[in-house]
Amino acid sequence: MRQVTPTEGTLLTAADLAGNGVHGDDPDVHGKFGIFGGRYVPEALIPALDEVAAEYDRARNDVAFLREFDHLLRTYAGRPTTLTEVPRFAEQAGGARIILKREDLTHTGAHKINNVLGQALLTKRLGKKRVIAETGAGQHGVATATAAALMGLECVIYMGAVDCERQALNVARMKLLGATVVPVHNGSKTLKDAINEAFRDWVTNVDSTHYLFGTIAGPHPFPEIVRDFARIIGVEARRQMLELTGALPDAVCAAVGGGSNAIGIFHAFIGDQNVALHGYEAGGRGLETGEHALTLTAGSVGVLHGSRTYVLQDEEGQTIESHSISAGLDYPGVGPEHAWLKDSGRATYHGITDAEAMEAFALLARTEGIIPAIESSHALAGALKLGRELGPEATILVNLSGRGDKDMGTAMKYFNL
Amino acid sequence: MTTLQTVFAKAKADERAALVGYLPAGFPTKDGAIAAATAMVEAGCDVIEIGLPYSDPLMDGPTIQDAVHRALTNGTRIADVLRTVEGVAKTGAATLVMTYWNPIDRYGAERFARDLADAGGVGTITPDLTPEESGPWRQASADAGIDTVFLVAPSSTEERIQAVADCCTGFVYAASLMGVTGARDSVSSAAQGLVERTRAHTDLPVCVGLGVGNGRQAAEVAGYADGVIVGSAFIRRILDAPDEASGLAAVRELGAELAAGVRA
Repeated sequence: MRQVTPTEGTLLTAADLAGNGVHGDDPDVHGKFGIFGGRYVPEALIPALDEVAAEYDRARNDVAFLREFDHLLRTYAGRPTTLTEVPRFAEQAGGARIILKREDLTHTGAHKINNVLGQALLTKRLGKKRVIAETGAGQHGVATATAAALMGLECVIYMGAVDCERQALNVARMKLLGATVVPVHNGSKTLKDAINEAFRDWVTNVDSTHYLFGTIAGPHPFPEIVRDFARIIGVEARRQMLELTGALPDAVCAAVGGGSNAIGIFHAFIGDQNVALHGYEAGGRGLETGEHALTLTAGSVGVLHGSRTYVLQDEEGQTIESHSISAGLDYPGVGPEHAWLKDSGRATYHGITDAEAMEAFALLARTEGIIPAIESSHALAGALKLGRELGPEATILVNLSGRGDKDMGTAMKYFNL
Repeated sequence: MTTLQTVFAKAKADERAALVGYLPAGFPTKDGAIAAATAMVEAGCDVIEIGLPYSDPLMDGPTIQDAVHRALTNGTRIADVLRTVEGVAKTGAATLVMTYWNPIDRYGAERFARDLADAGGVGTITPDLTPEESGPWRQASADAGIDTVFLVAPSSTEERIQAVADCCTGFVYAASLMGVTGARDSVSSAAQGLVERTRAHTDLPVCVGLGVGNGRQAAEVAGYADGVIVGSAFIRRILDAPDEASGLAAVRELGAELAAGVRA
């Protein structure tokens, strides 16, 4: 197995953070990516969103802020994360070269820590003492609770009651970290309902509280802020790929739920027209069963959780409940920037079923000694298919967005372990 | 068809505030909603807002969430909402639809505006449609001859109040507090200041909603606003009633108390 040493790199720059002016792909003044994004929220929240946007705009151009964020990423989150080439796994991918970006090695075990540290610093700049967050798999909740503990912020996490059950270990972690976990019993009792409940808390407590949004969905400026803080994944990976292989990859693969890990690794490659970008959504039990989370591949344009994007909805605009074995992908919406990348043709999105994801999950464990998150396993399954299509000359970069420790309960049931 | 303009002119002539009642279509049942809204009108509501049940009501508190969940569970669709509007408009109350934006977006703005007007509806309240995104809906509403109502909040800046008021035609909805829908023990002290700030930007009537649930509170709000909006308290009476008949009686009782309040 070939491994690269983590790039020493230089201090994170404003351009690293935002890609500002590099690709010219920031949203417009109304937070729109093409027709997607914007703000569809109660008027009461507009001043808070304006406040966050204005403070973020100052922060992203403030060297002291960038230095502090960079310092935390290096000394606390464990960045830069390494690349790992996985030749034994790749034997099942038509011999294509597969290289993993190891976000699973970050502190707390998933890429979510990047965004959370950035937004926790932003919370302090806003002068707020309390953070709230939604969580699906529990990874964003754990990361938020971690950052809140680190910075002495009060922390309340909203989590669907079904997800609390699926991810009991993460609930315990959040509690240990000092957070209050509120199980949400409304609706489908999953991520979308946790987001509704977090918005209700925010509109009530907006003076004291920052909503530490966990994905690139939601009203402007969240899609932009979360992307920028996740962007370090691709910035590092791009440099590391050039070091390791002397060239950019032919394709970049990532799992897409709300879409933050995918945009995190895609974004630095958007200007590289020869690098194909592939997002993999949760196909659940299969498109034809109706039990899936194929928002981009089978959804339609609508408004959910404050932004215009692709949504799983019926003909009257009622949200259809999603399904996935992976709590982190079990979401009927998606970040507006992915909707834009889809419609512009720059990125391509596909479905991976529960069964395909679990097969890739087990394969990586057996062939490489790495237990991936089930979320990330969707990207791995996608890479296997893509490798067989592209052949042995291809190089594929996969975002291994998180580790599978939290998924052992699911795996024990699935594989009768 | 009674217009909002007629309602507010009459209330002003009577030197009182208008009483606005909210109920989701399909709650407690499809026909039960028409019966309950009719009872609200008979007890003294001048305006009825028919809620369009939506799967993700992120600005609603537990009471309205519960009612909306029941409405969706019993299969309430947009056709039922329009049929409810038709039934309630026949009572002579000015009848609006209150809805999150996505159902209209999906149904088609022009089609919804036209169908609502045909059903006798006089306008909509769209709590998550901001001025920036409201252009197509205001155009469709104007073409169909229905009013548009948007919300201001205690957190709104003067610029935002101006922008929201500029988009309203029937009245301006002042959310009395920072929070979700639901009756409270006392009306937020922020409400009066918000109404006064709003008046500086518009000649339209200003109605106060969120947290109003009894006659005393209605009287207090009627002292400074053109209309008093009550939703969760009506729903609570229906939820707490052992059967439909006693629910209707409880709705009438609350309606009469509130109607007396806005006349105090």
